Amino acid sequence: MKKTYKIDVDCANCANKMEQAAKNTAGVADATVNFMALKMNVEFEEGADVKAVMTEVLANCKKVEDDCEIFI
Amino acid sequence: MNKKQKKVLVRIIAAAIMMIVLLLLPLEEKSILRFVLFLIPYFTIGYDILRKAVKGIMNKQVFDENFLMAVATVGAMALGEYTEGVAVMLFYQIGELFQSYAVGKSRRNIAALMDIRPDFANVMIDGTVTKVDPDEVEVGSEIIVQPGEKIPIDGVVVDGTSTLDTAALTGESVPRSVKPSNEVISGCINMTGVLKIKTTKEFGESTASKILDLVENASSKKSKPENFISKFARIYTPVVCYAAVGLAFLPPVISLIIGADPRWGQWVYRALTFLVISCPCALVISIPLTFFAGIGGASKEGVLVKGSNYLDMLSKAKIAVMDKTGTLTKGVFKVTKIEPVGITKEELLEKTAMAEVYSNHPISKSLKEAYGKPINTSRVSDVEEISGQGIKAIIGDATVHVGNEKLMESVKVTAAAVVEPGTVIHVAIDSEYAGYILISDELKPTSKDAIKAMKHAGVRSTVMLTGDSEKVANIVAGDLGLDKVYSQLLPADKVTKVEELLAAKNDKEQLVFVGDGINDAPVLSRADIGIAMGALGSDAAIEAADVVLMDDDPMKIAKAINIAKKCMRIVYENIYFAIGIKVACLILGALGLANMWLAIFADVGVMVLAVLNAIRALRVRGV
Repeated sequence: MKKTYKIDVDCANCANKMEQAAKNTAGVADATVNFMALKMNVEFEEGADVKAVMTEVLANCKKVEDDCEIFI
Repeated sequence: MNKKQKKVLVRIIAAAIMMIVLLLLPLEEKSILRFVLFLIPYFTIGYDILRKAVKGIMNKQVFDENFLMAVATVGAMALGEYTEGVAVMLFYQIGELFQSYAVGKSRRNIAALMDIRPDFANVMIDGTVTKVDPDEVEVGSEIIVQPGEKIPIDGVVVDGTSTLDTAALTGESVPRSVKPSNEVISGCINMTGVLKIKTTKEFGESTASKILDLVENASSKKSKPENFISKFARIYTPVVCYAAVGLAFLPPVISLIIGADPRWGQWVYRALTFLVISCPCALVISIPLTFFAGIGGASKEGVLVKGSNYLDMLSKAKIAVMDKTGTLTKGVFKVTKIEPVGITKEELLEKTAMAEVYSNHPISKSLKEAYGKPINTSRVSDVEEISGQGIKAIIGDATVHVGNEKLMESVKVTAAAVVEPGTVIHVAIDSEYAGYILISDELKPTSKDAIKAMKHAGVRSTVMLTGDSEKVANIVAGDLGLDKVYSQLLPADKVTKVEELLAAKNDKEQLVFVGDGINDAPVLSRADIGIAMGALGSDAAIEAADVVLMDDDPMKIAKAINIAKKCMRIVYENIYFAIGIKVACLILGALGLANMWLAIFADVGVMVLAVLNAIRALRVRGV
């Protein structure tokens, strides 16, 4: 399953870091961050609990870039 | 500027004024008072960076730009270089502010280019009009579109005539006129009259939504340079940091061993200069920004690119394979020549149209269209269709045969030999030859120039594939100046041909296939880059293709290639320029020829120039 989220982040490198962090989150099959459109596309693994996974993704992103937001 | 940016701007100005004042005050070098006074502008401008750096260390994210700036400036302050410590922070913030302003601005510019998202729909319910969210409109509803409004949902005109501005979708400035029973697509602007439209799709499935979705998600498919840069950024920063540590310790230690003056201060200062240069910002921001601007600019011209990787590939397009019908030709059949024998042109056309009156074949339709008047069917009787040959009918008191050469042979009439491309309709009246009518598919007016423009854009070989006869295909290919032509192909043969061409080309060249999206979806997906043209309203083509041309002008093929080339040229300019300057500064810094001032100017300056260069990709009108 794929979902798109609006995000807010200040720099392109931070967006790359968010992408890495999201990719490494359990339950996420793949993730891409589009800095220019300020969007994050997340592909979830089969049977993943979207809400729980996204909370985790946000927590991981906050770790690498304090100043970011994902509008879940 | 948003609130956040304004706040930073105020801090920058405040810190700059404080610094100038402090420089003018007669303070003693390296005095405690001077240090304390300089801490005021330092914290004013850099407190958030320092805070982020500490947080980064706690989250085990050591090598981020905040950390680098923090270490470099704290180090400079510790060495007694107060002015430089504050200045580095100041310029770093100026650079960041500029970047966020420029990115925000181009984001808005591109959003404005793609301003086709309708905000509401006026739905007719029981004779009253209600304004609703387009998402809530069901298929088959009737909606009203006033002049000046955007058509929110694809549909068919039920009532009213008007002209539509399709520029936002196709880049084409000539308005399109519509009348009842015409299909209209969302995103067009209604210009002159009120239209009542019966919707045929849901909002989410409508053209405007699909196009927006496609463009907004385009940069998810990342190109090689983008992947290179994100990898480079991950390696570059740590490498420079370790080099800085080495630079701070190795030369002094070696000096100590050989008994020379270690000069710690000098080497630590050089190492700090390294840290200032180690920020990869210029690269990391400018490359995706270039692609985003390129894709945005292209969509303004009616060229939708589904990913930045396709821009990369398109810039290397060397072989262009094109379908004939609908791509190079109009795909509509028209009477192009009337050649009567013994009677007038009008009579010949009238007789032929009458004989074909009951047929629905595209050729019959084009004959009736050319005749243009209503046909009096009472004079037509005993119409008999002779399979594979034509039609026999009694018109008035004459027996008329209309069909191909075989039909003429069967009634023992010698038909004229015709060499022009197209379908020839011979006519015999009472077993006497009366001439022929030529029906052919016209070339698009820009096809020939389009081929020339493609050659100019670096395409090595232009190839045409067609299901038509060899004779017709060769004439068309000759007229257009194509390099190769393959005729009499079934749809499946087209895939095989494209596969052969793919196998024959070298790896660095890209093969483009251009089709009109009708039965060529397999070929579109098989080619390196599939371009679908005239895609307004054709969902299959939008799905299968990598690049979608909104109208059916073949000139857009070369335009798409040129846009891609311009975009890639800017991408590589930025990569070489940014890396080149950084490496040069690192070397100069290590040798002690560059101080921290130069380093921060290099860092911020490169970023500003790279961003300005990237924005150039948005301007594609002239390419």
